[in-house]
Amino acid sequence: MSVEIENNKETQNGIKTEQMVLNLGPQHPSTHGVLRLELELEGEIITKVTPHIGYLHRCFEKHAEAMTYPQVVPYTDRMDYLSAMYNEFGYALAVEKLLGIELPERVEYIRVIMGEFQRIASHLVAIGTYGLDIGAFTPFLYCFRDRERILSLFEKTCGARLLYNYIWVGGLSHDLHPDFVREAKEFVKYFKPNIKELNDLLTMNKIFIERTANVGVLPVETAINYGISGPNLRASGLKWDIRKNDPYSVYHKFDFDIPVGKNDIGTVGDSWNRYYIRVLEMEQSLRIIEQALEQIPEGDVTSAIPKRIKPPVGQVYSRVENPKGELGYFIISNGSTSPFRVKVKGPSFVHLGVLNELCKGRMVADVIAILGSIDIVLGEVDR
Amino acid sequence: MGLLDKQFSDENIVVTSVEDLLNWARLSSLWQVGFGLACCAIEMMATSASHYDFDRFGVIPRNSPRQSDVIIISGTVTLKMALRIKRIYEQMPDPKYVISMGSCSNSGGPYWEHGYHVLKGVDRVIPVDVYVPGCPPRPEALLEGLLKLQEKIRNESLVKQG
Amino acid sequence: MKNDMKKVEEIFNQLKEKFGDSVIELVSSQPVEAFIKISPLEIDKICLFLRDNEELLFDSLMCLSGVDDANGKNVVDDDGTSSIQGGTLSVYYHLESTKIGHKLTLKVSAPRENPDVNSVAKIWRHADWHEREAFDMVGINFLNHPDLRRILMPYDWEAGHPLRKDYKNPEFYQGMKVPY
Repeated sequence: MSVEIENNKETQNGIKTEQMVLNLGPQHPSTHGVLRLELELEGEIITKVTPHIGYLHRCFEKHAEAMTYPQVVPYTDRMDYLSAMYNEFGYALAVEKLLGIELPERVEYIRVIMGEFQRIASHLVAIGTYGLDIGAFTPFLYCFRDRERILSLFEKTCGARLLYNYIWVGGLSHDLHPDFVREAKEFVKYFKPNIKELNDLLTMNKIFIERTANVGVLPVETAINYGISGPNLRASGLKWDIRKNDPYSVYHKFDFDIPVGKNDIGTVGDSWNRYYIRVLEMEQSLRIIEQALEQIPEGDVTSAIPKRIKPPVGQVYSRVENPKGELGYFIISNGSTSPFRVKVKGPSFVHLGVLNELCKGRMVADVIAILGSIDIVLGEVDR
Repeated sequence: MGLLDKQFSDENIVVTSVEDLLNWARLSSLWQVGFGLACCAIEMMATSASHYDFDRFGVIPRNSPRQSDVIIISGTVTLKMALRIKRIYEQMPDPKYVISMGSCSNSGGPYWEHGYHVLKGVDRVIPVDVYVPGCPPRPEALLEGLLKLQEKIRNESLVKQG
Repeated sequence: MKNDMKKVEEIFNQLKEKFGDSVIELVSSQPVEAFIKISPLEIDKICLFLRDNEELLFDSLMCLSGVDDANGKNVVDDDGTSSIQGGTLSVYYHLESTKIGHKLTLKVSAPRENPDVNSVAKIWRHADWHEREAFDMVGINFLNHPDLRRILMPYDWEAGHPLRKDYKNPEFYQGMKVPY
C-alpha cells in the first residue's frame, strides 16, 4: 500500500521536515550490476528515483562498425551475458534477412533448442537473485545447481560455459555432439519436479508474497507507452509474445502457451506476477524443448555459411523474444564487409526508464523488490 | 641443544613463528567485497554457489569494503567506474589484496582497440596482486587464482626487506 | 495478416494528403524495409496523428536510432586532423501497432552543423531515454525534450560525440590514460 505525502512540511509537533537525497551507489549488493540510483526521500517514502547509467558502457556499437559481420558475434554475446545464445540468434537473424539466405532445417531446430535452454538458464538466475534480494538465500543455491547442468550441456557442444560464439550468420559453428539429445531429455525429466520444489520454497511463501504482491503495479497502457516488453508486459495483462505475434525461425511448428498475469495473489502487473510469469515460462520452455528434440531432422549445419558476407545496401530492423523482453537489432549496410551502423534496442535499457513511475510513493525497501522483479542486466543497459 | 629443546613431555603443544601464524590466519579467511561488474561476476557467483564452493577456502562475500580483505575486480572497468573503484580500494583497511579477474580488467580485453570508454587494465588505477586470465575464466581458474594469492600471503614477512 | 493492416504506400498517401510538404518521399527501393522521409521540425505533429488516428493506432515505438550519415566532405585541417563538413545526421523511428498489427519506419534528416529535431518524448515515453542516447552518441539536438543530457558517457566528457565517423579519442581523462 502506498502512503500519501502531505504537502505541509511540519508535523504535529511543529518539527520541520526536509527532503533527503540517498545514493544507492554503483557498488551495492543488490543492484544487479553497476547501477546508481539517486533516491529523493521524504522520510522513508520515495518522491523521485533517478537512475544513472553508463558505468558499463563498453562501446559495442563502435566496435560493430570496425569489425566484419562474423567478427561482431562475440561482441553481441557480451551485451546480455546471461542470455548469450539469444543475442547471437537475434543478430544472425537480422543479417540473414539482409542477405536473404535460406537455412537448413536442422540449424533452425538447434537454434530454438539452444535458445529455450538459455531462457531457462536466464530465468533461473533472475529467480535466484530475486530471492537473494528479498532475503532468501537457499533458492539461489538451488537455482545455480540446476543452472550448472544446463551450462555443462552447452560446454559439451561448443566449449564455453557463459559466452559461446556458437550461432554464426548462416549456421552454427559446431554440430551437436552425439550424446546431446539423450542428455537433454534427461535434463527435462530431472528439472520438472525442481520447479515444483521452487514453488514450495519461494513462490507461495507468505513472507515473499507480503513483500512482492501489490508492489510496483504497472498498468497496461503505461507499459505499452513506455515500450515495455517480455515477461513484464505479459504480467500487466497483455498477451504479447513475439514468438506468436511475429513468428521467426520454426516457432510456428511448436505448441506452447503464453502465461499472462492474473489477479489471484496481488494485482495484475505487480512484482509477484512479474516473478511468477518467469516460473511459468520455464515450464513452457521445457515443452518446446521436448517437442523440438522429437522433431529434429538430420542435416549439415555449416553448409549455408557464406564465404564472404557482403550484404546489399539497405537496412533492416529485426527482433526476437529475449528472456528479458524484445531484443531488436537495427542494421544499416552500405555494401561493404562491415556494418555501417548497428543499433541494439536492449529490453533492459527500456525497462529501467519506467522505474521512476513504479517507485513513486513506496518505501525504500520496495525499490529493491521492484528493481529485482524488472530483471535488468547492466551489460544490456549500457552496451 | 637449546634451552627449550625437547623439554616438554606433553604432545599437545605447537611451536611456530609469529610470521607463520599471522600469515596462516590471514590467508585462511579472506573476506571479499561483493563487487561484480560484468560477465565475470556471473562466474564469480557460480564459484560462490554450491558446485564450486568458495566458502570452503574461507572466502565469504561481505557487503561493505570496510569489513573485507580482498577485492575481486570481475568485469570491464570503464572510465566512469574507475574513479569509484579507486575510492572503494581506499576504503578497505590494510592488509588488503586485489585479484584482477578476466581479460577485461587485466588489460582491456576484447575492447582494447576501439573502446573509447574502457580502461585498458585496472592496474592503471590500483595495484594488483594476482591476474586471472580468461574470458570469462572458469570457476576452477578463479580458485587457482585464489590459491596463488594464498601462496603469496604465506611468503610474506614482518621484517623489512633490503 | 489481419484485414485492417495497412501497407506503407497507403499510409504514405494518407499522410501526404493531410500534411503536404512535411512528408518528403517514400523510399522503397532498398532491402529490406521501406521508409518514409519526414522533415525534422514537423515530426512531432505527424507522430501524434499516427498514434491517435483510429485507422492507424501506432501506440508503440519499437526503436529510435541516431545515425551519422557521413555523406559530407572530408576536410583535412592544418595539423592533420580530418573531419567531415556538411552532410546530414539522421534519426530513424520504428513504429508498431499492438492492436492492429502493422509496422512503419520513418526517417528524419537534419544538417550536420545544426542538427535540430523535434522530440517525440511526450508522445511515447519510450523515446525519452533513446533520444538522450542519440544526443550523447551522435550529437542530435532534440527540441522540447524534458531533460536532454548525456546518459552513457560521463557528464563531463568533453571530447565530443563518440559515434560520429570523425570522432577522435582523447589522450587522458581525469588522469587516466585512455588509448591502449
